[in-house]
Amino acid sequence: MTRISVKVDGVRYDDDVEPRTLLVHHLRDRLGKVGTVVGCDTSNCGACTILMSDPDGRLVGVKSCSVLAVQADGRDVTTVEGLSGPDNTLHPVQRAFHERHALQCGYCTPGMIMAAVDLLEENPDPSEQEVREGLEGNLCRCTGYQNIVRAVLDAAADIRASGGTAEPAPPTPEAGEAETPDSGLPREATPDEAVPTPVP
Amino acid sequence: MTITEQPPATAGEVGTPRRRKEDARLITGRTMWTENITLPGMLHLAILRSPMAHARITSIDVSPALEMPGVVAAFTGADVADTMGVQPCAWPVTADIVAPTHTPLAIDEVRHMGEAVAVVAARDRASAVDALAVIEVEYEPLPVVLDMEAALAEGADLVHADAGTNKSYTWIFDSAEAGAGGAVADARAEAEVTIKRRYIQQRLIPAFMEPRSVVADPTGDTYTIWSATQIPHILRFLLSAVTGTPEHKIRVIAPDVGGGFGGKLQVTSEELIAFAAAKRLGKPVKYTESRSESLVSAHHGRDVIQDIELTAKRDGTVLGLQVNLIANMGAYLGLVGPGVPILGAFMYNAIYKFKAYRFECSGVFTNTTFTDAYRGAGRPEATYAIERVMDELAVELGMDPIEVRRKNWINADEFPFSTVAGLEYDSGDYEAATARAMSLLGYDELRREQEARRASKDTVQLGIGVSTYTEMCGLAPSRVLGALRYGAGGWESASIRMLPTGKVEVVTGTSPHGQGHETAWSQIVADQLGVPFDDIEVLHGDTRTSYKGLDTYGSRSLAVGGIALYNACQKVVEKAKPIAAHMLECDPADLEFTEGKFRVRGNPDGGKTMADCALAVFAAHDLPDGIEPTLDADAVYDPVNFSFPHGTHLCAAEVDTETGAVKIRSYVAVDDIGKVVNPMIVEGQVHGGLAQGIAQALFEEAVYDDDGNLMSGTFVDYTVPTAGDLPAFITDRTESPAPGHPLGTKGVGEAGTIASTPAVVNAVVDALRPYGVSDIAMPCTPERVWRAIRDASAGGAA
Repeated sequence: MTRISVKVDGVRYDDDVEPRTLLVHHLRDRLGKVGTVVGCDTSNCGACTILMSDPDGRLVGVKSCSVLAVQADGRDVTTVEGLSGPDNTLHPVQRAFHERHALQCGYCTPGMIMAAVDLLEENPDPSEQEVREGLEGNLCRCTGYQNIVRAVLDAAADIRASGGTAEPAPPTPEAGEAETPDSGLPREATPDEAVPTPVP
Repeated sequence: MTITEQPPATAGEVGTPRRRKEDARLITGRTMWTENITLPGMLHLAILRSPMAHARITSIDVSPALEMPGVVAAFTGADVADTMGVQPCAWPVTADIVAPTHTPLAIDEVRHMGEAVAVVAARDRASAVDALAVIEVEYEPLPVVLDMEAALAEGADLVHADAGTNKSYTWIFDSAEAGAGGAVADARAEAEVTIKRRYIQQRLIPAFMEPRSVVADPTGDTYTIWSATQIPHILRFLLSAVTGTPEHKIRVIAPDVGGGFGGKLQVTSEELIAFAAAKRLGKPVKYTESRSESLVSAHHGRDVIQDIELTAKRDGTVLGLQVNLIANMGAYLGLVGPGVPILGAFMYNAIYKFKAYRFECSGVFTNTTFTDAYRGAGRPEATYAIERVMDELAVELGMDPIEVRRKNWINADEFPFSTVAGLEYDSGDYEAATARAMSLLGYDELRREQEARRASKDTVQLGIGVSTYTEMCGLAPSRVLGALRYGAGGWESASIRMLPTGKVEVVTGTSPHGQGHETAWSQIVADQLGVPFDDIEVLHGDTRTSYKGLDTYGSRSLAVGGIALYNACQKVVEKAKPIAAHMLECDPADLEFTEGKFRVRGNPDGGKTMADCALAVFAAHDLPDGIEPTLDADAVYDPVNFSFPHGTHLCAAEVDTETGAVKIRSYVAVDDIGKVVNPMIVEGQVHGGLAQGIAQALFEEAVYDDDGNLMSGTFVDYTVPTAGDLPAFITDRTESPAPGHPLGTKGVGEAGTIASTPAVVNAVVDALRPYGVSDIAMPCTPERVWRAIRDASAGGAA
């Protein structure tokens, strides 16, 4: 077991994890961050995309199935659950996905939204083709991508018009939740027993 | 988090692009996927799957798994043989169909790679998966049957030795025998042109994004099952039927479900295994498949060999159509698998006026994952074959492909039209849709560009593909289903519950998994009851609240469920009328219900809303004598006919003759699906359908090696298209309302998939006609296109 400390959506979580635990499983099974989902086992689908700080502190999009939980030690993570701003206002990308009907079943949506946020941080004024190529790491089976592309272009225009960036507003955890020593979730919901056991 | 919407300026909700109610939870990560459910004391299941395509299990020992940390139980098919039930086939299409027993866990023998052979229950998923590695299984390999034609040959190795044959069934329709048309032999005698072609519908995988997941919770003698399914009601009925657990002791919940496309229209091994495990262990269990498991064990689709013979006169008039199919059932029969080609049987004649038609299909067993419904289910295969062969006829006669279609299609003034396949097409205007599509594409201009590129021997050639499709939605009149030996009816149910504050709960028997029923159903009810859109809650997918329904597949939800909903609303209005009249102190006959209010006819002032009536029945202090104090109403609707959407899809594709790369330059889809409730949702359905149809044409194929190993077993190899692979689509609609449907709607869920595959392949082949290419097997990958050009050139055709 390795002790890690990860700040997820503004809340610091200190946990002992197995070295083999993937970040996405840590988020889902230990921290209860089930907004981030798993769609494949070969890092093709991108459903688990989140933002994680790089060593310089800049948030970049990563597939959380391709990161070990221990690699997230000391990093900041933003999931789709932490994307909304103060007072739960939707992020421009979330708003655009709603307005443009950029989701149907919604399973790829958390990852697609986070990938789009990452794309717009990199390139605030992408062309349609740049959006299509920028989202190639994320699969959607419902929409044919057309409305997703429209939504990302709309969000880009919104963000530029507002003079801001795609970077999500700093999360505002509820008072008292910010520095919990453990995951802080009810034992019934994510029992410690659910921690994967070592490979024999 | 809520998303508030301003009501549209127009009076009616129906017809407006309402933003979806569903989105709020989906875009914020607050969705209830089955995999998100964690119950106290829950155990996690992992399934050991066969690495062999066909083998006898000579020994299996799960006891080492029990020594592993965290493992609570491990069992085999033999251990639960008496309780696990069998996987049902609800569509035995012939009286003498061969339908081998399909147990959720194999006993003694495995017949396809990925078949479940043992189960581990542990305190967490990782422990369960770890323990699979120590289960000892010895397999004795048996001959592997993969090729369908070889499987049907005399003396072939058998998938099911007991059956004595690899043929499951042969199903025949003959228009002469059915009295729907003439005999194909007579048409053949009259023919001046005969076109014979073989087309291969490659095997596809539905590849819904949410892996299948099931939670089974035993409480006393009752069981609650959450499942990522399209069919909670059918699942409840069949769980009861195959396990003997009384139906009223089973509650099935389909929470948020992440796509289906027919792939979750199944009673799965995994559901039955979880149910058996929960019973055996007395604890809640959860099983969620990995993507690799999903691709090999969830049912596949298509995989049909089509031999088509079309006869015609030299002026382009079609005469007869003969269709011989061999359909790969895989190792077992799926829930509706045998019937999938039969759904297509009625669609090969498409929009054309054939004199005679004969269809014959044999279902064949092979050592592969079993096949079943995938978006379109039979209709894409039919549409592909007829639209490809109509192009071949056009080439044979030197006609434009649209001209040859126009010469043969049913004219707008000929509806309703009885087809040679025995159906009555309700309405349509093929001319209007085609004219619109040609205009949007710039058809004539592109033809000129094509000529110029051909003349200059441009290395990038341009092709234009045409698909003038129709399909059948609104499954289905129960009597028709009965005549086709389908195991259930085709009705749908809806209930309206008026709450005292005037809010409305709508209970539907449809089970959405991305289609936006919560939004569209709210729009319908808002208009019918005159209540605000936001005052309506749509309940679905839980057999405790929605106990009656036949679920969502086959583009049936609005076409059938929408009428049930409409009818339930009318009943509510009728119940409210005497109550409003009592409050207004008038005769009910003098009331009219418009814009959400009961008013005395001719008096625009005053009046009573549905909310007023709801409060009045709640208090029940002053109701007319003999009036039951409720406005609630149920309705069940059994359709009298299918609905027949149609449209014209045109694809312009550029083919690089040096690399074989295909680029869709322009794609126009003009669909006529009757009236629409929400044009935004409709457009989304078309987009997604197009992507899947184009994927069959260009990208996707499930491939087995000679030993029966699935080679496309991950998303690395099964190439679902990305945003960069697809073009922007141009979509538009024409509108021929569905007669007999109070909303005039027809259904849209599968249209894009049905129409687009032939449009794309016709475009690719059209581009390469000068090179002597007349067909390319799907998917038209660069390698296949390049080889087709090379092989045709080598034959001296260029």
